[in-house]
Amino acid sequence: MEFYRSHVLVCGGTPCVLEGCKAVRDALISEVRRAGLAGEVKVVETGCLGPCDMGPIVVVYPEGITYARVGVKDVPVIVEEHLLKGRAVDRLVLGTGAKEKGVVSYERPPYFELQQRIVLRNCGMIDPDSIDEYIARDGYRALAKCLTEMTPGEVIDAVKESGLLGRGGAAFPTGVKWSFTARATANQKYVVCNADEGEPGTFKDRLILEGDPHSIIEGMAIAGYAVGADKGFIYIRGEYVLSIERLERAIQKAREYGLLGEDILGSGFDFDIEVRKGAGAYVCGEETALIESMEGDRGEPRLKPPYPGTCGLWGKPTVVNNVETLANVPPIILNGPKWFRGFGTERCPGTKVFTLTGDVNNKGLIEVPMGITLRQVIYEIGGGIPGGRAFKIAQTGGTSGGCLPKELLDVPMDYFSLPEAGSALGSGALLIVDDSHCIVDIARCFMKFFKHESCGKCVPCREGTDRLYEIVDKVAQGNGRLEDLDLALELSRVMQVASLCGLGQAAPLSLMTILQYFGDEFREHIVGKTCPAGTCGF
Amino acid sequence: MVSLTIDGQRVAVPEGTTILDAAKKIGIDIPTLCYHPDLEARAVCRVCVVEIEGQKLLQPSCAYPVSEGMVVHTNTPKARQARRMAVELMLARHPQGCLECIRNQSCELQALAERLQIREIRFERKLRDLPKDESTPAIVRDPDKCILCRRCVAMCHDVQAAGVLYPTNRGVDTVVTPAYQRAVSDVSCALCGQCIHACPTGAISERDDTEAVWQALADPNKHVVVQTAPAIRVSIGEEMGLPVGTIVTGKLVSALRRLGFDRVMDTDFTADLTIIEEGNELLHRIKNGGVLPMITSCSPGWIKFGEHFYPDLLEHISTCKSPQQMFGALVKTYYAQKMGIDPKDIFSVSLMPCTAKKYEADRPEMRSSGYKDVDVVLTSRELGRMFREAGIRFEDLPEDEHDDPMGISTGAAAIFGATGGVMEAALRTVYEVATGKELGALDFVSVRGLDGIKEATVDLDGMQVRVAVAHGLANAKKILELLREGKAPYHFIEIMCCPGGCVGGGGQPIPTRMDTRAKRGEALYLADRSLPYRKSHENPAIKEIYRDFLGEPLGERSHHLLHTHYTKRGKYPWLSS
Amino acid sequence: METPEVEKCRTGSSGQPDEIDSILEKYRGRKDALIPALYDIQKVMNYLPESAAVKVAEALEVPVSKVYGVATFYTLFSVKPRGKHIIRVCESAPCHVLGAMNVVKELERELGIKVGETTKDGRFTLELTSCLGTCGVAPAIMIDDVVYGNLTADKIPHILSEYR
Ligand SMILES: Cc1cc2nc3c(=O)[nH]c(=O)nc-3n(C[C@H](O)[C@H](O)[C@H](O)COP(=O)(O)O)c2cc1C
Ligand code: SF4
Ligand code: SF4
Ligand code: SF4
Ligand code: SF4
Ligand code: SF4
Ligand code: SF4
Ligand code: SF4
Ligand code: SF4
Ligand code: FES
Ligand code: FES
Ligand code: FES
Repeated sequence: MEFYRSHVLVCGGTPCVLEGCKAVRDALISEVRRAGLAGEVKVVETGCLGPCDMGPIVVVYPEGITYARVGVKDVPVIVEEHLLKGRAVDRLVLGTGAKEKGVVSYERPPYFELQQRIVLRNCGMIDPDSIDEYIARDGYRALAKCLTEMTPGEVIDAVKESGLLGRGGAAFPTGVKWSFTARATANQKYVVCNADEGEPGTFKDRLILEGDPHSIIEGMAIAGYAVGADKGFIYIRGEYVLSIERLERAIQKAREYGLLGEDILGSGFDFDIEVRKGAGAYVCGEETALIESMEGDRGEPRLKPPYPGTCGLWGKPTVVNNVETLANVPPIILNGPKWFRGFGTERCPGTKVFTLTGDVNNKGLIEVPMGITLRQVIYEIGGGIPGGRAFKIAQTGGTSGGCLPKELLDVPMDYFSLPEAGSALGSGALLIVDDSHCIVDIARCFMKFFKHESCGKCVPCREGTDRLYEIVDKVAQGNGRLEDLDLALELSRVMQVASLCGLGQAAPLSLMTILQYFGDEFREHIVGKTCPAGTCGF
Repeated sequence: MVSLTIDGQRVAVPEGTTILDAAKKIGIDIPTLCYHPDLEARAVCRVCVVEIEGQKLLQPSCAYPVSEGMVVHTNTPKARQARRMAVELMLARHPQGCLECIRNQSCELQALAERLQIREIRFERKLRDLPKDESTPAIVRDPDKCILCRRCVAMCHDVQAAGVLYPTNRGVDTVVTPAYQRAVSDVSCALCGQCIHACPTGAISERDDTEAVWQALADPNKHVVVQTAPAIRVSIGEEMGLPVGTIVTGKLVSALRRLGFDRVMDTDFTADLTIIEEGNELLHRIKNGGVLPMITSCSPGWIKFGEHFYPDLLEHISTCKSPQQMFGALVKTYYAQKMGIDPKDIFSVSLMPCTAKKYEADRPEMRSSGYKDVDVVLTSRELGRMFREAGIRFEDLPEDEHDDPMGISTGAAAIFGATGGVMEAALRTVYEVATGKELGALDFVSVRGLDGIKEATVDLDGMQVRVAVAHGLANAKKILELLREGKAPYHFIEIMCCPGGCVGGGGQPIPTRMDTRAKRGEALYLADRSLPYRKSHENPAIKEIYRDFLGEPLGERSHHLLHTHYTKRGKYPWLSS
Repeated sequence: METPEVEKCRTGSSGQPDEIDSILEKYRGRKDALIPALYDIQKVMNYLPESAAVKVAEALEVPVSKVYGVATFYTLFSVKPRGKHIIRVCESAPCHVLGAMNVVKELERELGIKVGETTKDGRFTLELTSCLGTCGVAPAIMIDDVVYGNLTADKIPHILSEYR
C-alpha cells in the first residue's frame, strides 16, 4: 500500500448518506487535489462512525479528530486549517472541543472514551468496498488460521471458551450452538447469517454490514468450517439497499481472492455465500420464520423442537447467527478466547453494540463493554436528554424489551442483569423517552407494532396483540376501564408463556413494565379522564 | 422406550411420542382444538398446553415430544389459565350462533367451551365480518366461524393435493381463503369436502338441500324415488347414534319409507351396472389398442380434480358415468317406462357419502333422460338431520328390503364404497368375462386396506393385467405424474378422491377420521361376504335390464345413457371464463 | 382507485407478458425462489396482479393459493395496484417519539390523501411501516428505495417535489 500522511474518512453509512456525505466526499477529494495534497492525503469513504444523527461525519487520522455536520462549504476550511496548517477546526469538532491549542492534545470526547471497538473495529476505518484494506487490518487472517492451524473442533472450543453469547437477542452460547450442528450427521449443512434486523430502534447490523462486510463473510466461513457446512446464506431485510449492494460486491471480491468458493486457500475447504432478501416482516428475524421465508413460504415460525441446529433449512442442520455475533468471531480466533474474556463481565464477555435513539443528545451506534450501566450510556455517551427535559423511561432491547424508570438507571447492561430488572438486552436497541411524552401513547405505539407484526399463526399472539392494542387504545381515547388493566395483565402473562415464538412471548413485556411503573398514569386516564402529558386528545 | 411422569403417574412410551398421546395412554385426555390425528400438528391454538418441570414456557402437548425423566403437569393454574384464555380469545372473535349453526352439537369449539366451562368473555366482541361463500352446490364456507387452525389447509394441500385454501394476510387480519379471495366455484377445488372433516367448526360445511326434499315428499304430484349409495349403509348408523361401522342397510330402507319416499332403490344396482360397462370398456380398450391405462370414473371429486390438474389425461378416464348418474338416467327412462310414470313427475333423490356428487348432479351433461337425472343429492349428514327431525328412532326399526326393479345388488357393488372396491369388483367380472372360467378365490386382498397406493397383477389366461389403486388425491397425483411421464406400467387404475374411498367421503358423518374410515370399510367387506351374489355379472336384475332395455354392454343405449365425457378445466378456471 | 395513470404504470411497456415469462425463466421449478420471483415481477408490474401470480405458480410449481398467501404476508408486496411511488412512514417507537405523526399529517395534507390511499394522479401511495432501521435519523421515511431522515414537517414539500 502507498503511504499517506493523513487519512480523511468520510462516513458513507446510510444515515450520513441521507445528510449529503457524498457531496462532502467529492468536495474533499477535489479540494485536496486543488491544494496539491493528493499524494499525501487520502480521502476514504467508510462505514458508520457512530454519531449518525450528526452527519455527515468526517474523521481525520492520525489525529483521530471527528468533525460533525460537515457541509460542502466547510470543506475548504478543513483542508486549509487542518490538513495544511495542522489546526483543528474547533467549531466543527464533535464533543467538547479543544482544551489546549494544537491538534495532538485534543481530548477524545466522552462519546468515544467509554467505547471499546471489537465488532466495529473496521467500521469507519476502512473503505468497505476494499478487500485490500480489510486484509491490511488483519482481515481473513483468522480464517487462514482456522484452515491451516486448527481443526474444526478446536475452532468450536475456542468460540466456546470465549463465552460469546449470540447477539441476536436470545443470548445462546455460540460455541455450543455450533457444536450441535457439527455433531449432526447430514450430507448437507448450512450457515445462515441473520441480517433481518427489524427490532425498532436497532440498526447496528445494517451499519456493520455497510461498514465492514468482509468481517461477516469471514465469520461465516469460519462457522462453515467449524460445523462442516459448505454453503452460507445471508438473509437480509429488503430495505437495506446499500448493505445488500456492499455485501454483493464484497462476496464477489472474496471469490476473486479465493477466500470464498472451492478449495479456499488450498485447504480443501469449500464455502460460498448467497444473499437472500426479506420482504418486510419483522417476524422473519425469528430463526425458524427466517428459514420458512428462505424456503419460499410465509415467514411463520416453526415449532421447536426440532431446532434449526439439527433440522433447519430444507430439513438440514443449520447454524443461524446474528451479524454482530459473526463479526466477533474473527478477532476471537485471532486473539484467543482469553483476550475476549478480558472485556465485559464474567457471564457476558466481550462488548455489545448499542443503538441510541429517542430523546437523547447523541443518537447513533456505540460499542461498549458488557456490563456498563444504563446511566453511563445515556448520560456519558449519549450526552443526556436534550432541551433540559427530564428522563422518563428507557426501553432496552427494542420494542420487545421492557421499560425502565429512572430508579433503575444503574442497572448493568448485560444479558443477565437486564432481565433481572424486568427488561431485556435483546438486540441492543436503546430508546430514551423524556417527560414530554404520555406513557399511554407510547405503550399504544409499542402494542401497535406487535399487532402489525404478529404472524397470526398462534392464538395467544394473534388475538392477544390485537386485544392489548385495543385495551391501551381505549385508555388513550378516554374510554378505558380499570378492569381491562387486570385483563391486560392476565393476557400478558398468558402470552409470555403460551405463545408459539419469541414474538408473542416478548410482545407484552413493555406494557407489563409500563403498568408496573406508570400504572398511575393509566389510571389517571381512566378515572380522571385526563392525560398528564396532555397529548391524548380528550 | 422413554419413561416420564404425567400428573404423578409414570408412563413409558416409544421415543417420539407426543405428551398428548402419552397422557392418553394413562387415561388423561388433554383438551385440544387445532390437533387432528391424521394431520401434521401445527400447534397453533395452544389449548393443549401443559407445564413441564424446569421449563418457564408452557408447551403444546399435541406436538411436544416426550423425553426421558420429563415431569409433566397438565392442569396447573398456569396451564389452565392459558388454555382458558386461548378459548376466550377465540370466542371473542366468533359469532355466537350455535343455535343456528350447522355444526351445533358436532362442533369442537363448542364442545371445548363447554368442557372448559367458559362462562364469560371479557373482551369486546368483534367479528371479522367476512362474506359467506355459497358459490358451489357442494360446499359452503363461512370464514367468520374460522378459528384459523389450518387443519383444512393441511388437508387440502397435503392429503388432497388440490392446494385451494391457504392462509393470507397476517396477524389479526389472517384469513384462510383461495387465492385472490376467489370464490370456491372459480378455483380448482375438487369439492371433495375433506376440508369439512378437517374443520373443527362450522366454517366449512356441505350445502344443505334437505328442504327441497321435504318439499318434494310433501308434493302429491311427485313420485319421489331414492337411491342409497354403497357407503351410506355402513355410516348412516353413526348419525343415528350407533357405533362406527354398524351395517344398517335394512333399517335405512325402512327409515326412508317412513320419511315418505315412494320407491327406495339402490345405487348398488348401478354399481353392478358400472362394472359391466366399465369391465367391457377395459377389455375393449385392451383388445383394440385403446388408450391405456384406463382409470375409473365413479368418483366425481377425482373427476373434477382430473379436469383441473390433468386435462391432458382425460382420455384415460373411463367414459362410464358414476353409479349415481347411471341410476339417475335410468330412473327417468327405464324405470319410468316400466312403471308407466311420466318422467317429469319423478323426483329423484340420491343419498351419498359425497359432496362432489352434488356438483356432479348439476353438470349439464347429466341430463340424458331429457330431465335433470338426479334432482337432489343428500349427504349422510343431511339425511341424518331429516331422520332426526322426523323423529325416526333407528334402533327400533325393522329391516326392509330395497324395491324393484333397481334394488337387487351384489357384494361386488357393496365394496364400491371402500378404496380398492371398484377394482376388486371389476376384476371379479373381467376375469370371468375374459377367460370364461370361474374365479376360485373372490377376494383380491392386495387391493384392500388403507395403504395410499396398492398394486396387483392378474393373470387373464396368460395376459398379465397390471392394476393400481389410489385413494386420496395426493396419492392419485403420484400415479398421475408417473402416467404423464409415460412411466405408469398399468392397464387399469382405480382412483378414489377421498382417503379410504367413499366410506371416508366428504358427506359422511362427523367425525370421519382414518380410524372411522377403516371401520366403515371393514363393514363393507363384511356385507359383501353375507350377500347371495358377489359378482356383478351374476346380478339377475342386471341381466334383466340388458335383456329388456339396454341391449348389450357398450351398446347404443348404454352409450347414450350410461357414458359421458369430460371437460378440460385447467388449474385456473377463472382465466378462461 | 383505478385511475388511468395507475393503469398505465401497471401495464406500461415493462409489464408485457413475455417479460414476465423471461423473468420467471431462471426460477423454473424452484419453490424456494418465490420471494425473489415476486420481487422481480413487482418491479416491472408495480404490484402483483392475479395473472402474474398464476405465472409464478406455474413456473415455480406451487399452488397459486400459496403465492397469494406469501404475497399478502410481506409488507413489501402488494396485490393491489399502487401509486408510482410508495411512501412508507416509519411508525415505530423511536420515530414516533421524535414526531413521526407530524410527518404523517404533513404528508397527508400535502398529498391530499389518507394513509393507505393513492393519489388521484396515481403518483403516490402513502403507507405506514414498522422500523426501517434508520432510527439514527428518526423520524424517517422511505420513498421507493430511498430513505429520508431527521424529518420535520417543513422538509416534506421539498422532498416530494423531487418526485412530482
Ligand atoms: C420476533 C423475533 C425477531 C428476531 N429478530 C432477529 C433479528 O432481526 N436478527 C437476529 O439476529 N436475531 C433475531 N431474532 C433471534 C433469532 O431467532 C435467533 O435467535 C438469532 O438469529 C440467533 O443468532 P445468535 O445466536 O447469533 O444470536 C429474533 C427472534 C424473534 C423471536
Ligand atoms: S456519522 Fe452518521 S450521519 Fe454522520 S456521516 Fe457518518 S453515517 Fe452519516
Ligand atoms: S407468537 Fe406471534 S409471531 Fe410467533 S408464531 Fe405466534 S402469532 Fe406468529
Ligand atoms: S362453529 Fe361451533 S361454536 Fe361456532 S357457532 Fe357453530 S357450533 Fe357454535
Ligand atoms: S344453551 Fe343457552 S344459549 Fe343455548 S339455547 Fe339454552 S339458554 Fe340458550
Ligand atoms: S373441497 Fe377438497 S379440494 Fe376443495 S377446498 Fe376442500 S379439501 Fe380442498
Ligand atoms: S376453515 Fe375450519 S379447518 Fe380451516 S382453518 Fe378455519 S377453522 Fe380451521
Ligand atoms: S362412487 Fe362412491 S358414492 Fe358413488 S356409488 Fe360408488 S361408493 Fe357410492
Ligand atoms: S371418493 Fe366417494 S365420496 Fe369421495 S369424492 Fe369420490 S365419490 Fe365422492
Ligand atoms: S451511519 Fe455514519 S455514523 Fe452511523
Ligand atoms: S391442540 Fe395442541 S396447540 Fe392446538
Ligand atoms: S423506528 Fe423508525 S426507522 Fe427505526
